[in-house]
Amino acid sequence: MTISTLTRGGAQREQQHCLRKMERVIIAMQDPDIGLKMRNQRLLITVIPHAMTGNDIMEWLIQKYNITDEEAGHLGGLLVQYGYIYPLKEPRSLILRSDDSPYRFQTPYFWTSSRWPASELDYAIYLAKKNIRKQGELVDYEKQNYNLLHKRINHTWDFVVMQAREQIRASKQRRKADRIVLECQEQAYWLVNKPCPGAFDVFDLGPERCNVLNSRVILNRRALVRNRVKSSICLESFMKFCDQYHQHDPIMSGCLPSNPWISDDTTHWTINTDLVGTPTRLRVERWSFSFMELLNDCLGRREFMTYLEKEFSGENLCFWEACEDLRHGESSKIILKVEEVYKTFLSPGAARWVNIDSKTMERTLEGIKQPHRFVMDDAQMHIYFLMKKDSYPRYLKSDLYKNMLSKAIVPQETKKSVFPFMRRQRHSSPSPAMVSQATEDNGKAKGAGPAATNSGTLS
Amino acid sequence: CVGPIRTASLLSQREHLSLTPEMATQEVQPNETLSNLKAESDTLKTKLEDERAKLHDVELHQVAEKVDGLGQFIMKTRRTLKGHGNKVLCMDWCKDKRRIVSSSQDGKVIVWDAFTTNKEHAVTMPCTWVMACAYAPSGCAVACGGLDNKCSVYPLSLDKNENLAAKKKSVAMHTNYLSACSFTNSDMQILTSSGDGTCALWDVESGQLLQSFHGHAADVLCLDLAPSETGNTFISGGCDKKANVWDMRSGQCIQSFETHESDINSVRYYPSGDAFASGSDDATCRLYDLRADREVAIYSKESIIFGASSVDFSLSGRLLFGGYNDYTINVWDVLKGTRVSILFGHENRVSALRVSPDGTAFCSGSWDHTLRVWA
Repeated sequence: MTISTLTRGGAQREQQHCLRKMERVIIAMQDPDIGLKMRNQRLLITVIPHAMTGNDIMEWLIQKYNITDEEAGHLGGLLVQYGYIYPLKEPRSLILRSDDSPYRFQTPYFWTSSRWPASELDYAIYLAKKNIRKQGELVDYEKQNYNLLHKRINHTWDFVVMQAREQIRASKQRRKADRIVLECQEQAYWLVNKPCPGAFDVFDLGPERCNVLNSRVILNRRALVRNRVKSSICLESFMKFCDQYHQHDPIMSGCLPSNPWISDDTTHWTINTDLVGTPTRLRVERWSFSFMELLNDCLGRREFMTYLEKEFSGENLCFWEACEDLRHGESSKIILKVEEVYKTFLSPGAARWVNIDSKTMERTLEGIKQPHRFVMDDAQMHIYFLMKKDSYPRYLKSDLYKNMLSKAIVPQETKKSVFPFMRRQRHSSPSPAMVSQATEDNGKAKGAGPAATNSGTLS
Repeated sequence: CVGPIRTASLLSQREHLSLTPEMATQEVQPNETLSNLKAESDTLKTKLEDERAKLHDVELHQVAEKVDGLGQFIMKTRRTLKGHGNKVLCMDWCKDKRRIVSSSQDGKVIVWDAFTTNKEHAVTMPCTWVMACAYAPSGCAVACGGLDNKCSVYPLSLDKNENLAAKKKSVAMHTNYLSACSFTNSDMQILTSSGDGTCALWDVESGQLLQSFHGHAADVLCLDLAPSETGNTFISGGCDKKANVWDMRSGQCIQSFETHESDINSVRYYPSGDAFASGSDDATCRLYDLRADREVAIYSKESIIFGASSVDFSLSGRLLFGGYNDYTINVWDVLKGTRVSILFGHENRVSALRVSPDGTAFCSGSWDHTLRVWA
């Protein structure tokens, strides 16, 4: 079942863009000064004018766009598939051969963009012409289409046959070369617009997209008053970020001991599991890039918690985690969680009381009277920035962190195997779903696996 | 970076009063004619361009001149996942860095261990064209949807005999096709985008609508959640050529970018969260900076004619991978703006592309029925 419909609208809009671009390429190719050199091609005993070889097309593309053979072959192939260039030999095979096979440009009358969708009537006339000219000229799928059309537009069939006969008569009066060219053009058009079932279909597009007009005034009014930062400052930050993370990007710098996808060795993953005993050096270094990096790594977060508890400010991180759990948890548990948070962290004399400024505390306590999932946002933000500006920098300077860094391992890069053609066994790993099931069954958290974090959520 | 709260305080009284989602979608205000609105819209747009241009003192590729160029770039297909009977439309990675969920035109949703290429779970949806699928952060469930206008969550059962479809939970309901979905920071919430022009945030357990996002003038095709500290925003791209930034809490559109010339098929945040890339039917990918509030780079070539369907960054943000409708994958140097490599292999449109969570590889899904993992 195909979803594409050839109605005016989204699908056509999507096509028009690439068709226009292809046409620009085609027009450049035919430019008298910078375009292809065309010549006469001999087809059996007739001479066809204005033809070029597949090789010519490839060379022109390579030269004009400064691309490789492979890319030129790909692009040229698409031009043929979309009907802008058609082969003279083996017309049913819409591919670009990079040899001396002859090709011609399709006339703009038959361009995919100008005559789309193809009319049923035109197709019927074309098939009728073929049928009349020579019995058995139609191939299987064309015969089927012909019969279908005969049924569907039976009421105009006389007109179809009359038109077909008239067109045949007119073409007999043309010069042989012109006649062959016109027949090739028409055939090429129909091979693209009514392809053999199973062949590439130019009109195989996704589901229909639509368009509705609306006002943008409000958005633009708001955008005018927005605060903006100078480009030089913003763009500089990209350089910094890319540079900082360069060593950590496996696609840019490789990974140690080896990339599992390339070597089939999963050591890189085993030494980087969530709660591994000794983390790698790169991983521990990354905790110093930003507070978010530290918190996003379960091991980093656990280390940070240990540090905070030494400083008697562990409740800050616990509070933050509880707020995250509230914000991202089930709607049904909101009221319960808000109460818990209040009892544990905010109420006077609470077991793990957090120190937030009076204004924020006032607003939060007021908000708790009508609990919703964002009621702790202000307080959570206050505590987050407190940890970020104060505890985090001190943690990075602490012995705890420095020891972690010095203990961290730097794996040896795996030497390329002596027998590179021998593939390692690819071992499977326990599914996260299985690990979490085991957690539920046992009632206590097990070691590895993305499911096993304290709060049950990952932020 | 400028967070949602700061922006709100800059709004004038008038803005505050007029900013309701309902008003944003009205076609004509009671006291304004369509032509007046169009005139005001155009004037505002020009003013906005002027304001943005004032602070644009340098181009990205100029700043990037001092950065080393990238050498020879070789990436190959390391795994080919065969098993879908029709066009692959969407895929997502599991947080375990090796499992993948993919969905296709024939209604099948498959969970693979991409490393071994084994299929672990398979579900047949009651609809065709499953255009969206996502892996839950815990790895214990997947979400998917498409022409059924819904987003459903399937818990992944380990009992081989159990019919996954039996435990299915219907979460989101739109009035047109589901184009994209993503879990937020937990398994309990899902963000969706739809052909009905809206995005929406849902509570998984109850199926309750938590927030809806109105502002696109046509189908919304893609979305991505921000990796920011406050975790409050996301971006969406649509057939109206716009990329919007949304505040998840208030439902407001806080920023909008309209420089593409055709539908935006894919949006993805730069890893720092300060920018995002988009891929469009106009055959270009673009980079937008959120603090400068403007487009800062265009990734295009004259020989690239077909639309980009899906984009993603490498871990450091230096590379941008784009899957295109001409079956290829182009790799761009984000800073210098040049194309680093072109990857051939797929035999039909590339419809989905995601880098793995630890950046060791990326996976592409295609209309040729296969998925490929490249490294």
